[in-house]
Amino acid sequence: MENSLLLTYLILTPFIGSFLILFFKKGQEHLIRYTALAISTIAFIISVIIYFQFDSANAGFQFIDKFHWIKGLNIHYHVGIDGMSLLLVLLTTFLTPLTLVSSWSSIESKVKEFTFFFLMLEVGMLGVFISLDLFLFYVFWEAMLIPMYFIIGIWGGKERIYAAVKFFIYTMFGSLLMLVALIWLAVYAIGPLGYFTTNLIELYAVSPQIPIDIQTWMFIAFAFSFAIKVPVFPLHTWLPDAHVQAPTAGSVILAGVLLKMGTYGLLRFNLPLFPEVSVAAAPYISILAIIGIIYGALVSMVQTDIKKLVAYSSVSHLGFVVLGIFAMTQESIQGAIIQMVNHGLSTGALFLLVGIIYERTHTREISDYGGIAKLVPVFAFALMFASLSSVGLPGLNGFIGEFLILLGSFKSPVLGSWWFTVFAASGVIFAAVYLLWMYQRVVYGEVTNPKLNGLKDMNNREIFVLFPIFIFIVWIGIYPSTFLKVSDKSTAKVVKQMYNPEKINPVQMGLIQSTK
Amino acid sequence: MRDLIYLTVILPLLGFLINGIFGSKIKNEKLIGIIGSGVVGISFLIALGAFFETLALPLEQRQKIVSLFSWMVVGKLNVSFAFQVDQLSLVMALVVTGVGFIIHVYSIGYMHGDKGYWRFFSYMNLFIFAMMNLILADNFVLLFLGWEGVGLCSYLLIGFWYDRKFEKSTVAEASKKAFIVNRVGDFGFLLGMFLIFMTFGSLNFNEVFSRAVSFNVPAYVYGFIAIFLFIGATGKSAQIPLFVWLPDAMAGPTPVSALIHAATMVTAGVYMVARTSIIYASAPQIMMVIAIIGALTAFFAATIGIVQNDIKKVLAYSTVSQLGYMFLAMGVGAFSAGIFHVMTHAFFKALLFLAAGSVIHAMHEEQDIQKFGGLKKYMPRTHITFLIAALAISGIPPLSGFFSKDEILWFSFANSGLFLWIIGAGTAMMTAFYMFRLYILTFDGKERFGKDKHPHESPAVITIPLIVLAVLSVIGGFVGIPEVFSGEHGNQFHNWLAPIFKDADRKLAHFNLYSHSTEILLMVLSVVFAVSAIWFARYVYLKKPSIASDTAKRFKGLYNLLWNKYFVDEVYDAVIINPIVKTSKSFLWQIADNKIIDGVVNGTAKLIDIFSVNIRKLQNGVAQFYALVMVLGIVAAFFWIILSL
Repeated sequence: MENSLLLTYLILTPFIGSFLILFFKKGQEHLIRYTALAISTIAFIISVIIYFQFDSANAGFQFIDKFHWIKGLNIHYHVGIDGMSLLLVLLTTFLTPLTLVSSWSSIESKVKEFTFFFLMLEVGMLGVFISLDLFLFYVFWEAMLIPMYFIIGIWGGKERIYAAVKFFIYTMFGSLLMLVALIWLAVYAIGPLGYFTTNLIELYAVSPQIPIDIQTWMFIAFAFSFAIKVPVFPLHTWLPDAHVQAPTAGSVILAGVLLKMGTYGLLRFNLPLFPEVSVAAAPYISILAIIGIIYGALVSMVQTDIKKLVAYSSVSHLGFVVLGIFAMTQESIQGAIIQMVNHGLSTGALFLLVGIIYERTHTREISDYGGIAKLVPVFAFALMFASLSSVGLPGLNGFIGEFLILLGSFKSPVLGSWWFTVFAASGVIFAAVYLLWMYQRVVYGEVTNPKLNGLKDMNNREIFVLFPIFIFIVWIGIYPSTFLKVSDKSTAKVVKQMYNPEKINPVQMGLIQSTK
Repeated sequence: MRDLIYLTVILPLLGFLINGIFGSKIKNEKLIGIIGSGVVGISFLIALGAFFETLALPLEQRQKIVSLFSWMVVGKLNVSFAFQVDQLSLVMALVVTGVGFIIHVYSIGYMHGDKGYWRFFSYMNLFIFAMMNLILADNFVLLFLGWEGVGLCSYLLIGFWYDRKFEKSTVAEASKKAFIVNRVGDFGFLLGMFLIFMTFGSLNFNEVFSRAVSFNVPAYVYGFIAIFLFIGATGKSAQIPLFVWLPDAMAGPTPVSALIHAATMVTAGVYMVARTSIIYASAPQIMMVIAIIGALTAFFAATIGIVQNDIKKVLAYSTVSQLGYMFLAMGVGAFSAGIFHVMTHAFFKALLFLAAGSVIHAMHEEQDIQKFGGLKKYMPRTHITFLIAALAISGIPPLSGFFSKDEILWFSFANSGLFLWIIGAGTAMMTAFYMFRLYILTFDGKERFGKDKHPHESPAVITIPLIVLAVLSVIGGFVGIPEVFSGEHGNQFHNWLAPIFKDADRKLAHFNLYSHSTEILLMVLSVVFAVSAIWFARYVYLKKPSIASDTAKRFKGLYNLLWNKYFVDEVYDAVIINPIVKTSKSFLWQIADNKIIDGVVNGTAKLIDIFSVNIRKLQNGVAQFYALVMVLGIVAAFFWIILSL
């Protein structure tokens, strides 16, 4: 389907919904919660309809809607999706209602405001994934910061102000560089095109003609902005603070969706806009990604706070995604996309579980726990399951992503050496170390902390939130084709833009390809 | 029945789901046990049917792929949930479901009264599911799914009694150790898969193996693939340097030790090497490495086994040692001999563990053989079956262990030379010695247990599985009677597997330079070694117990070294684990992250803050101050112009 209003409906649903919420009065918390759930569920249903109407044989953009927004500057409201964005849209609309439900017991003050910000957040996230106009993208990118800032700053933990400001300034700093680069790019396009434009599809065609040194600066500006969001080592220190201070729902969305905006940006803008620079930069960015994988895992291992442990594990997991993107083989990019979804599910589940236990005990210190397997068996099972998904156990989702990324990067012509994969693959060992060690200290052993006695197991609402996530964890693990096929053509197209596979000489890669 | 082979995978999965989801609500132990063992039993029957069907077919039709659905299709990668039924996978399937079924039945009695009864059976079924994936897979990725899956089950089952202590540490610690050490191996396995994919453009067995024959690939590439995959095997099959997890795995319930940590899972590495024999045959240097690592593992594990006092620990080191034999076989190119030993070992080692479990039950969870003695009077069936297994593992003819072990020793000599034979034969001698030390201290001699213990024979649900396994340990070797005895028909087991290994055999092209008389001579020698070792064990532990303690005292240093298992765990802790944890904590986290990176970030913020606080002072709103600054500025400009003239 080439043109469609569905995406506009999709983004309008939470937008209008959030203003609807404002009409409720104090004391109508229940009503607010159910209305928000209904609104976000409608958004999810619309995105599922889009999935079924999506033509996965088409590599281009579909469901396009376009009209003039700022006429004088030739800026459009221009939305559309391809296979890569569709999966992230689905992830967003899937996680939002679940996260809203998860916050029913943890958010008790200012429910109306919280719900309003949360739906606004969904608008921002969806906008980022569907924008085909650079300026529109930038507006959503920035707009999304505001609700997140308030969610951390108002409903967060003790150090929430520090964390919220740090998060805001870090991201803002990157965004400004991106703004400069995108204006520069649009101005540059006047040369070949004869008019000013921020239309991404037009810029795709123009940008490779820009002199390479200028492209390099633009690449750096974009990459910097996205790398902060991912976050790529060493720009990650906002993340542990933001995650730990944010309320559970905030952490879930932050890890589940917001971080993917960075990797999505790299894939949507950096690679196709500046292919030559991307290929040249690939080894350097991959090195940072691999440092992130190992560094994130090692720092995660020694955390004493469960939530911080999960937060640092994100640095490690997102390192895999960045490696997959910059290895630039179809296997690795497909792996990166599915890994974005996976990380949203498994880390989302881990944050939900940490939130569930924190609500009961009001402590996140690992040493305060121990032996809870006997007290809360359902919780113990759920934590094991989410951890195994995160560890990358074959049969569950995490394996598919990691395997494809590593498989693709191993034979990547732009990296040109096995060593990248050898180091990155060591991450699979460390992931097992930090998660199983945490699990052992929290769940196994004997109960030594008397305060834990009488701990209540997960209730039906909590099970209801986690169950759909677990379904998809298994689904992607066993039958990933449902999702891989969606982005298959789009990723193939990206890879083709980057380099000509025929030209790459295997001998340069340090391995002589076998001959018949 | 071949077409139904997927049921041998699905049924155990079903058992896992039923007992896993509803188990806590089924209050009836018997029902849980029947579901758990039933699914494995039916799987065994299906595998048996498939075996006879295959046996009736002519040679060229004996391989079949049963495909379910595609798993990952990306770029050149195309792997499916597809199962390969052939001579090798059928042997393994029969062993896993057959021995697995016997151990499930045994567990009905052994786990009686345990709070986690349903959990136990669901994990065991999950294990069979994963193991069947591992051996039936028609591609590397599905094999890896099974490979990691059995690792997970091992983790869950070692940690079954997760709140208990184990030796100096905890059960939970032992289970985590097993998983992580296995992951180190898996890391190698993954790299091996990547290199295979890069070299051959596929991960399906048939494609890779046929391209390994037809493609012209540099030898060093084979070498890397072989070594990467072998790293995986050292993890799963507990070889040097990754064997450390297996002795600790004894923290799990005894049926688990029997099934997973002796009979089946730990032989996965051997199976994998046999399956990829063509790749190993193309990397002869790596085969030599494997042979040496196998022989050394066999030898050193046996030396440790001699001094241990925990009945399960002795058996654990014996398992490590026997696995070493199997890798020795792989390394010298005796693939079918290695698989033969996998099979016979599954019989007698499962029996040894189950009999040990029977003893442990009778002695109220006591495992120290110093506190046993004279049990044969109380537990006649356990006693006699244990004795049979001990004779089998010692290589006494005509029990099963004799045939398989002797074949390995013979090929070590014929394909590689005297050195490996001497290590192998020396290990066989030690094996006979420590097994009979174990046997005598447990069943023979004086009773050394207190009056509070009332040993008794176990119920039929436990002893019948022992008897079945004892029968298998006796007759299991007859399928592989060596050519020297069986004449023109040759070794039946070898003939059955020959099509699997034909490409590898062709590449290795061994010439048998030795005569039958040499073979018989070596055979007689090894039997003489074993018998004398048994006699010596009887002499030391029955007639003159003082010898043992005197020797231990005289060679205190050596004894301590063996008692502490060469301090390998301690070295790993000191050299690898502690430095990593310490650096991560005190440098990476507390300094690099909190001080350096955050220091730069917050420092920048502070700098801007200081700058703006100070620059703000300029705008103090006092007009006289502004006038002063202006005058100073004009004066400065004036001077600058004059000076530059």
